Amino acid sequence: MLPRRRLITAAPVLVAAMAGLAGAARAADPWPDIKEALFGHRPIADGGAVIALDAPERALDAAVVPMTIRALLPQTEARWIKTVHLVIDENPAPLAAVFHLSPASGSATIETRVRVNSYTHVHAVAETSDGRLHGVSRFVKAAGGCSAPALKDADEAMARLGRMKLRTHTPFTPGEAMTAQLLISHPNYTGLQIDQLSRNWIPPDYVRSILVRYGEREILKVEADISLSEDPSITFSFVPEAEGRLSVAVEDSSERHFEEAWPIGPGS
Amino acid sequence: MRLLLAAFGLLAMAGPPAMAQALAVEEVAPGVFVHQGVHEEFTAANEGAIANLAFVVGQDAVAVIDSGGSLRQGRRLREAVEAHTGLPVRWVIATHAHPDHLFGHAAFAGDGVRFAGHQRLPREVASKGPLYLDNMTRLLGAASAGTELVAPDVTVPVGAPLEIDLGGRVLRLQAWPTAHTAADLTALDLESGTLFAGDLLFMERLPVVDGSLTGWLDVMAELAALPAERVVPGHGPAQAAWPEALAPQRAYLKALRDSVREAIEQGMPLGRAAEEIPLPAGQSWLLGDENHPRNVIASYTELEWE
Ligand SMILES: [Zn+2]
Repeated sequence: MLPRRRLITAAPVLVAAMAGLAGAARAADPWPDIKEALFGHRPIADGGAVIALDAPERALDAAVVPMTIRALLPQTEARWIKTVHLVIDENPAPLAAVFHLSPASGSATIETRVRVNSYTHVHAVAETSDGRLHGVSRFVKAAGGCSAPALKDADEAMARLGRMKLRTHTPFTPGEAMTAQLLISHPNYTGLQIDQLSRNWIPPDYVRSILVRYGEREILKVEADISLSEDPSITFSFVPEAEGRLSVAVEDSSERHFEEAWPIGPGS
Repeated sequence: MRLLLAAFGLLAMAGPPAMAQALAVEEVAPGVFVHQGVHEEFTAANEGAIANLAFVVGQDAVAVIDSGGSLRQGRRLREAVEAHTGLPVRWVIATHAHPDHLFGHAAFAGDGVRFAGHQRLPREVASKGPLYLDNMTRLLGAASAGTELVAPDVTVPVGAPLEIDLGGRVLRLQAWPTAHTAADLTALDLESGTLFAGDLLFMERLPVVDGSLTGWLDVMAELAALPAERVVPGHGPAQAAWPEALAPQRAYLKALRDSVREAIEQGMPLGRAAEEIPLPAGQSWLLGDENHPRNVIASYTELEWE
């Protein structure tokens, strides 16, 4: 956990200073330092045979940039993708999320939406169950995603804080992988947005962890940070062996807890 | 022509404010003057002058409705006011917080001038204004010199219109629920039946969804019932017939809503929806290529909560 903390927001002001830097061209490539902080000196192999990263070349909206980490191998007990780190190199808090997956999730493919603060490389690093690291990267052109006051209607956003929605994209067949999108209503304040009248930084307030279970079994755990877009969206897979309940527990950086569960069966 | 205007602009910056070249305006009804914005993105050459701006002259005072995209443009609008009347500007009304509509406000600051807007406008200006200002400075360069944020001192709540008297001439200011943005306000000149819709109405140029797509459609239904003869849209011609002028925008927003709802139903992810949902067939809009995919994203992230 310690290395991760080093990459994450300590204080809004510090982050703000970094955001200023991010606007101007930071000369040095930040990736070697980030890589070392996250993975020490472990080698990262070209991950092209394990995962693919789909990201737009140029973001249409820097505050909502869709990204998909596509698993190129199935999740089996013999070999599976254990974790995926999603890193947006030039963001004030580069580590956007760590996805902890299970051999029972069917596919490790994950889709989410992130903020991108400046032109940047985006890295996805998968760790397979044999302990090896596999990395891929893309270059994304976008600017201002972290300081953008993306909230269109702050009243409405706060009114539905913590509300969740689950959308299943494939029919229920016992033993077959199902894809579902989880939406969590949360402003995910970055700490980089300023209130000009009060001259105060709006403090960071963001979804920090998401735990998805099917019955008692853990499907997915996400450690998240300020780079996830407001109203975080995670699309993931799971294999329901039988009818059951999918439950989600969310914790945010203000120590709020939200829980919700949905029945999964022929009707879903 | 634009080059010429830009050259005048540079002169204006060097000299005192009174040297500013007056904006071209047309009188769409007695005492109602409109400057028509160009259908372009912000550039140094257009000085942010992309929105329609207006002023209404009463017997005692003048009200300005939207002030332009830069201090310089605000000054040029003030020149235009002074070229048509000796009466003082007493009211400066912002139809919403977008920079092309209120970044000229500071040109009118002074004793006895009130700045009016939606009840939520102060918050909009506070939370989004600094970013808009940064962007405008980057896009306009020297043409944005001196531009500053001006928060309204008279605010209008939704459901409680405010009537302001210019001397024998009343403007009714009405605040709306979230539509184009979270703080849209219209002004209705009761004497001439002219509705100043701000960006609740785009014509010719593609509407931009920055509030709520469904909210906007709801507000348009209410707007259509307002007793106006003509409308001054936020972007488009200086005037158009009311409420017929709403039709193209309504068609676009409905098509956008329906196509995005369908994509969500089908499980099409956001990224693909933004790339694949085309501009509605049979509709012609300016500046649609970039703005339509952005509208798809805004609509998608709204409608997926339905
Ligand atoms: Zn607007």
